[in-house]
Order: sequence, then C-alpha cells, then structure tokens
Amino acid sequence: MLKVAIFGATSAIAQAVARRFAGEGARLFLVARDAARLEVVAADLRARGAASVETATADLAETGGHAALVEHARLALDGLDAALIAHGTLGDQKAGEADAGAMLRELGVNFLSPASLLTHLGNLMEAQRHGSLAVIGSVAGDRGRASNYVYGSAKGGLRVFTQGLRHRLGRAGVAVTLVQPGFVDTPMTAAIPKGGPLWATPDRVAADIHRAMKTGPAILYTPWFWRYVMLIIRLLPDFVFKRLKL
Amino acid sequence: MALRDDMLSWGRAHRALHEVRRPGFAEEAPAMLGGQAPVLAYGMGRSYGDSCLNPGGTLLDMRGLDRWIAFDQEAGLIEVEAGLTLADILEQLHRVAAPGRCWFLPVTPGTKFVTVGGAIANDVHGKNHHTAGCFGHHLISFRLLRSGGTVRRCSPTENADLFAATIGGLGLTGLILSATIQLKPVPSLWMEVEDIRYRDLHAFHALTAESADWDYTVAWVDCLAGGAELGRGIFTRARHAVTDRAPPPPRLAPRLSMPMDAPGFLLNGMTVGAFNALYWRRAPERPIRRIGPYEPVFYPLDAIRGWNRLYGVAGFYQYQCVVPHAASAEAVPALLRAVAEARDASFLAVLKTLGDVRSPGMLSFPMPGVTLALDLPNRGTRTHDLLNRLDAITAGAGGRIYPAKDGRVSPGDFQRGFPNWRDFARHVDPHFSSSFWRRVSAPAGHPTRGDVAPC
Repeated sequence: MLKVAIFGATSAIAQAVARRFAGEGARLFLVARDAARLEVVAADLRARGAASVETATADLAETGGHAALVEHARLALDGLDAALIAHGTLGDQKAGEADAGAMLRELGVNFLSPASLLTHLGNLMEAQRHGSLAVIGSVAGDRGRASNYVYGSAKGGLRVFTQGLRHRLGRAGVAVTLVQPGFVDTPMTAAIPKGGPLWATPDRVAADIHRAMKTGPAILYTPWFWRYVMLIIRLLPDFVFKRLKL
Repeated sequence: MALRDDMLSWGRAHRALHEVRRPGFAEEAPAMLGGQAPVLAYGMGRSYGDSCLNPGGTLLDMRGLDRWIAFDQEAGLIEVEAGLTLADILEQLHRVAAPGRCWFLPVTPGTKFVTVGGAIANDVHGKNHHTAGCFGHHLISFRLLRSGGTVRRCSPTENADLFAATIGGLGLTGLILSATIQLKPVPSLWMEVEDIRYRDLHAFHALTAESADWDYTVAWVDCLAGGAELGRGIFTRARHAVTDRAPPPPRLAPRLSMPMDAPGFLLNGMTVGAFNALYWRRAPERPIRRIGPYEPVFYPLDAIRGWNRLYGVAGFYQYQCVVPHAASAEAVPALLRAVAEARDASFLAVLKTLGDVRSPGMLSFPMPGVTLALDLPNRGTRTHDLLNRLDAITAGAGGRIYPAKDGRVSPGDFQRGFPNWRDFARHVDPHFSSSFWRRVSAPAGHPTRGDVAPC
C-alpha cells in the first residue's frame, strides 16, 4: 500500500492523480489552503477506495511551515513513498511587469515554495533511501516568452533545481521528476474552445503522472507530443522567435 | 468573455455560440448564475437535439463537479455530485463487487457517458423500464441551486413540487448540485442474455409477452423492411446472471474511435439496407443463451468513441416517440411504414414496450405503451418533412416525443403531448432557459423552429 503526499491537492490535475492512487488503495495525505474544499476532495477519495485520507490546511507560500508540514505527513502516513507538488498560481504577467513586488511574490509561490518543499522531502527520502518526488512545472519554463516570462522563469528555475536534486538523490535511490503538462481542460480554462488536438483532460495527464511517479523519469511531457513541440520552440533562432507573438 | 462554438449536442445538427463557465467546486456555482443572459447546465452533451443548448446564453460545464460525497456499501446508497458520470459510478461498483454482494445502477440509458444531473433532468429510462420505471423513481433526494442563491433539498417529502418538476425538467428548474440514489442489489455483474431473430410486429409483441421474467428487453428493428416483414428485427432480453464466477467481468473501454466526420455519401438507402439485412440474418432464429459482461448489452455504441461523427458534418436527428398501447397496433406500423417508404437510411432503430411504473417527474417522457427510436442523417428539408409526418402519426395516436432526443418538434405537438406543461412552467427558474424550451413554450401554432439554425 503506497503512502502518498499531495501538496496543492485541490487543483484539477492533483485531484485526478489522487483518484488513481485512491483506486489502488493508497494512503493519502493532502495539503491545500481551503479547508472546505479539501474535505470535499478527501471524501471523494475515500469513496474511491483510498485506504485512508488525512488532510492539513496550509498556505504553501509560507515556507516557514514546510518542515513541520512534511513531518506531519510522515507521521500521518507512517512513512512516505511518493510526493506530488502541484500548487502554483498562473499570475498576472502585466502586474509582474509593472510591479517588482508582484513579480517576486509570483516567483515565491511558483519557485521558492516548491524548492523549499523539495528540500525537506528530498532530505527525508534520502535518509530512508527510497521514494519518488514529482513536481508540476510548465512548458512555459522551456523558453522565456513575452506573454508569461515571470511565471515561466519560476518554472524554468524549477527545471534546473529538479535536475540537480535528481542528480544528488539518485545515489540514494530517490527519483525526482519534473512534470511538463501542455494545455489541460480544467475549470481555469473553461472559456477557451477545446476543438484542437492540443487539449488534454486532467485524467489523461494524471494517467501519465501516476505512471511517472512509479517509474521516475527525469522529465515527463504530458501528453507526450509536447516534448517535440517544445523542442522546436527551444531550437528556433532568436531572430525568428522575436517575430512570433507567443 | 469569449464565446465558444464547440459546445454541441450529440446529433451535431445544431450550431450555436455560448459563454461557458465551469465550476470546480459547488461553492463556486452561485456566483456563476449571475449576469443578464439565461443559464443552463451542460454535462456530457449526450442530448441529441437542442435541449442541452442555450445559444446567446451561458452553459455551465458541470464536469468539474464529479465527486463522490458518500458511498454506503451496506445499504447501496450513493451521494454524488451532479457532474459524475454513470461510467464513473460503474467503475466503483466494479471495484467493490464481491461474490454474492454486488450493486448496480437501478436504471441506465443506452450510454454510460451521461452525468447524474443529465440522467435526472431527462428522467432517463432503460431496457428495464417495464420493471423498474425511470431513473427518477430511484432518487432519494437531490440538492437544487436556484438563481436567487438558495439551495433547496428536494425529495418526495421535502419541496415535493420542485422534486417532481426537476425530474425530467430538462435542467430548467435550477442547477442540480448533487443527488442521493438507491442502487440495486444484483447477484453478479454478469448478464444472462438471449438474442432472438423475429419476423414481424406480431412476433415482437408475442416475445414481449413471454419475456415477463426478464428484467431487460429491447428490439433492434430493420426499418428498411416493409410489407409482410414490417417491424422485423432482433429481440434481446437479459437479466443479471446468478453465477459463482468469482471475478466481475472485465471493464471494457472504447475499442474504436471516430477521429473525424465520415463523408456524407457513406450512409444511403443501399448501404444501410445491405447492413440491416446482413445483421438481421446473422442473429440466430432460435435463441442461444449466453453469459457475458454488461457493456455490450447496455452500451453497444459506447465501444466506438464519437460514433455520432459517422453521420458526417451535417449531423443527424434522433426521433423517439411513445404511443399508448391502445393506439400502438395502428401507429407503430404507420411510423415504420413512413420510415421505410422514405428510404432514409437508419440502421439504429429500437422498439421497446414501456411499463406502467409511474415516474415522479412532471415532464417525464415514458407512458405505458410502445416506444420507437431511430436515427436519421440530417438531409435538410427532406428529413424535416419525414420527421413532421412522424410527429403527425404520434400526435394522432395520443403519444409524445422524447425532449432529450428532439431538436425541432413544434410547440403544438409538444404541448399536446405533455398536457401538464403549464403546471411545469410555473416551476421553471426565471434565470434558466434552453433553445428547446424557448421553442416549445411559444404559443401553439407559432411557426418558430427554435433559435438555433439546424444546418
């Protein structure tokens, strides 16, 4: 029976991943900011077969609470086999351009906060010499673009951070995976037409993440074709890229 | 706010622009009812015509509310959010199935890809209507959000009038947030099934009469056969098998998918005639009993993801009506003759006897009698003319059409078919509407054909 902690557990992708673990009878520890929503999600996972579901409410932007939170997870689950870090904000790019304070807050939630959690979780798993860590990045982190480089740079920082952490923890048998989802059909994107093949359901993406948390690849593009889309975007010469509205 | 053109109904014959909002949690829903334009809940888009469309207004995409609230495995009681699909419920019923103690949906329509909210709003029926009635018959209660922001708990004893109006109420009485449903205990998740080829309508009625101890009955009809063979088809009857096969049957995922629209010439009188004749001959003349999984019995078309695209870019209409027993001996042959004479391809035609278990729903479709359902490719005026002829036969027999399947019935035919529609209208939430409702609630004789142009 796997013991899994999920941070940012009320997001659409995190819920879909948690359902897959629940269906296997896993023990779950969920963290999110809104207690009422967290309880709704926990009840769902219990009905779907989770052996146990425990919850903690926390504002994950407050990194000072992370050590205690990770210890709470370890005690509640009596160990920890896997953790998914799924919180984040898709902030207002324009606000981040005009106001350095807003920009720093965005970097705080999307880079400093997951980096802090990864450090606590990584040390725990290194000591027990097993475990799997996955964190949700973004294809926005693969190349800075005018439309979202504040958010993108936080996710890009996470890319290098997880790369190095993976290098370090590999010796202890701990896997670290950066998840790079493409466009996902969630409540956040309801206003956008979903005709094209680029849109994936949270469940489709969750199936990939769930598998990756067991096999531990370095980077997971989901759905798979985003690896090639982003490869092309990264390889575009600057004089071409500058002309594109992205 | 951007408008979306990709929210379609299953028949794909209506195109419209909508603003789309998607609550991720029930607590977000009240704020989403705001604004001037009317709202309507949208689930899996399996209604065929325009009852799930609200052009110029807002669609609330309910698929973000797909959670379990409680599952009492001893009593077979489930409480779920309205956007949860029957497929998702079945998945959990598989997981908890134990030898000798299994739960199953009390009523299921011909696809499992519908939401619980949609099943209530259309008061869906299934192949066991003659024994179990409609979906609404098995509802313990539900929670309904009205546009003022109040949430009403509705049950046969609490807000009983709103309970009756909402079952089969086409989503017009407010937003269904969650529901409590009584499941049915079954000996196993395996089905015992017989397929029987039959020659004409007399044989259909004879088979229906001698199948009293089968929970599920339905007939596929070769509706291109006429003359002495009018109504010939394959009668299927099934029941939950008593078997000690330990594991539940495998869950079948869609094996095929239609990734694009088929070219329009593919379906014509000749190809469908050939298919129907071959299909009919393939079935055994003497019944062969078999034990198998339930998916092929209840959900044969769910095996092909997006099968509706088979009808090409113009889409198709489904016609489903019920005629009372007293008139069915005349009306059913008349309906079948009209279809056969039009030579308008239809290889999905279904005939079933509906029982007399009364639904609590005010606007519920079934009545004791015979129901006929068939698919017709959208060929414009020609198809509309045939559908109007079918409406006339149905109305003349004192029958009615099924709103979940309809995209073009006239206000007069609707209002004659559902004589209590005015009582129902008093319960409609003023902030909710649909293309279907604006059309059929217009003064009878009004020439309107709805505000979505069928293309």
